[in-house]
Amino acid sequence: MVGPGWTRRRAPPGAAPTMNCRAEVLEVSVEGRQVEEAMLAVLHTVLLHRSTGKFHYKKEGTYSIGTVGTQDVDCDFIDFAYVRVSSEELDRALRKAVGEFKDALRSSGSDGMGQISLEFYQKKKSRWPFSDECIPWELWTIKVNVVNLANEQERQICREKVGEKLCEKIINIVEVMNRHEYLPKMPTQSEVDNVFDTSLKDVQPYLYKISYQITDSLGTSVTTTMRRLIKDTLAL
Amino acid sequence: MDTDLSSQDRKDLDKFIKFFALKTVQVIVQARLGEKICTRSSSSPTGSDWFNLAIKDIPEVTHEAKKALAGQLPAVGRSMCVEISLKTSEGDSMELEIWCLEMNEKCDKEIKVSYTVYNRLSLLLKSLLAITRVTPAYRLSRKQGHEYVILYRIYFGEVQLSGLGEGFQTVRVGTVGTPVGTITLSCAYRINLAFMSTRQFERTPPIMGIIIDHFVDRPYPSSSPMHPCNYRAGEDNGAVYPSVEDSQEVCTTSFSTSPPSQCVFTVTKTHFQTPPPVVTDTLKVPVMGLAFSHQLSSSRLSYQPAALGVGSADMGYPVLFAGGLNAAHPHQLLGPGKEGGVPPVPSQPAHGTQADQERMCTPLDGVHYSAATPSSSEDTETVSNSSEGKCGSPHDLLETIFIRKVGAFVNKPINQVTMANLDIPFAMFAPKNVELEDNDPMVNPPDSPETESPLQGSLHSEGSSGSSTGNTHDDFVMIDFKPAFSKDDILPMDLGTFYREFQNPPQLSSLSIDIGAQSMAEDLDSLPEKLAVHEKNVKEFDAFVETLQ
Repeated sequence: MVGPGWTRRRAPPGAAPTMNCRAEVLEVSVEGRQVEEAMLAVLHTVLLHRSTGKFHYKKEGTYSIGTVGTQDVDCDFIDFAYVRVSSEELDRALRKAVGEFKDALRSSGSDGMGQISLEFYQKKKSRWPFSDECIPWELWTIKVNVVNLANEQERQICREKVGEKLCEKIINIVEVMNRHEYLPKMPTQSEVDNVFDTSLKDVQPYLYKISYQITDSLGTSVTTTMRRLIKDTLAL
Repeated sequence: MDTDLSSQDRKDLDKFIKFFALKTVQVIVQARLGEKICTRSSSSPTGSDWFNLAIKDIPEVTHEAKKALAGQLPAVGRSMCVEISLKTSEGDSMELEIWCLEMNEKCDKEIKVSYTVYNRLSLLLKSLLAITRVTPAYRLSRKQGHEYVILYRIYFGEVQLSGLGEGFQTVRVGTVGTPVGTITLSCAYRINLAFMSTRQFERTPPIMGIIIDHFVDRPYPSSSPMHPCNYRAGEDNGAVYPSVEDSQEVCTTSFSTSPPSQCVFTVTKTHFQTPPPVVTDTLKVPVMGLAFSHQLSSSRLSYQPAALGVGSADMGYPVLFAGGLNAAHPHQLLGPGKEGGVPPVPSQPAHGTQADQERMCTPLDGVHYSAATPSSSEDTETVSNSSEGKCGSPHDLLETIFIRKVGAFVNKPINQVTMANLDIPFAMFAPKNVELEDNDPMVNPPDSPETESPLQGSLHSEGSSGSSTGNTHDDFVMIDFKPAFSKDDILPMDLGTFYREFQNPPQLSSLSIDIGAQSMAEDLDSLPEKLAVHEKNVKEFDAFVETLQ
């Protein structure tokens, strides 16, 4: 029987990538075929709150904002439904990232543990020759533990349990959003690309990037292993 | 202190709060309609989408909300509440949720009204969209139609949580501080239904035993009428619900200097002498039929508006539930066939009135139950409109129950319930077999093209056959095994019979152990003899082999 566990804990200040970046960690245990939907549900819920309509700047420094549509999504492998922004481009981008994550999880040969991160950042233009800095201001990390289930009955229970846990997660996400903590200031026209992703044609999320890590069976993440190797090599 | 707030800011703030309250009600009610909602993003601001979110306005809901608010705004001690409850076919009802929009005294003077407050209200609405899918009532509302419907009621004043039973839980959607107070949006929901939503309402028959425990004697019976969470005709025949855009009420998108434009989403007329044009691609305009056709009075539809005024518990619902009828919500977004189950085109001609041609020809998406869903949906509305028009229902009309659509979320058709075992009212209307459906003019109207989709057929048959999830429950009783796509009346042996017969073919004789064991033993015994014989005839064999070479 699977016991999916979800916890949310704040990363201690020292562990955050930068001082002012707000970090939230969610943990989940799901069955293999539920990974995609669970990830998409969480990511879409976060992006729903972190997307606005397209800005249209006018003279005198004013701007108007387009309209964000929403749609319901039913999950096939989880007894769950969520709301996402009506933007096919955004959906495609998220699906691509989650698909890569899922494939990496599957092929890693690890125990099926990994994490996917959604980071919101601001760009800070630097003078030449320095490249632009990316300063994260919010980081969502979802730790995934893939379980294997033996029979159909367990799977059915897992469907419901994961659905309930996802409901709790959505409530947690909304709680964080509701704190109205730091958000980048609304930018002027020249600065808008430093704050928002203006490449989509129908909505405008804050600048974000998605990355993932697969934990190998030793419990260390792949990136830390690489770093250790390089250090060792250099030490010789 | 209002002196800190400029009059323009104060006016803006009041407007924001008012429209926030209206949009909140829309989101909540639409989330309990039982269907998937889908609205489009638009990069160019129309000036009519409050809070930069595409939330459709169902005119009746707006009307009810405005009526409840009566020109006031949520303030301390005066909260706007949306009560969501469930009503079964037997007439028992139970409160499921209370959504409260409250204001408290904690002011945030520093905050900028036109900018920060507006954006935070927008964020709060997004949170509301997310949270409304997460409470137990959402799953219940997606499955409504067959045995129960979901109703809403808006009231203004003190929050009444007593109807939620013991141990209800609350979830806070969010807060927004303003210079005149802090707006809080929260939901209190009943939890002891959560178990039932996945078990009882789907499979087990005796709903009555459960609901009676939760029957709530409403302390304020006539404070405000309950409304089904779907389309209902206006109480006043011919009332034209004002669309959102009074000249002063159109929202301007933030910081825009362009003049506000008309709202594009609302179709507001309920006075249907002529079918108003469909305003958007997804809104369907209800047509007022003038009379019941005889088909309507068959097992499926029994809208009895006159009786509703009496307030008797038997009014209005009955057959809807047992018959598994679903009404189209005319303001529903109809996803293009995503929800499957395309019902046949209803035979509207009996109505004689201006049937909206568009409605007649296009199949109703989103309707799942093959149990006479199709025409029923439109019929109900027309019926309801007409009857509303005819009888001029009294103002203290308690309920107008409409048939609900069953949404895509349904994967466990409710008519697995063994109606045969129940002594329930209106059992005669309970869906029995596929055959009944074939004869039912509602399902197969005589003149309409055959537009039943296989999905619909399969969904219904699946309903009475064992589903994959039914196996795990002991109380599930299979009446009759009807596999998908099977039809009894065409072939003497249908797929089901074929399947049953050939599922257990007799075992091959050579594989049966006894015979095999015997022959094996015999073979072994006879081997030495055979060998001896062969050795004797070695020379003959050799000669034979040479002839072959």
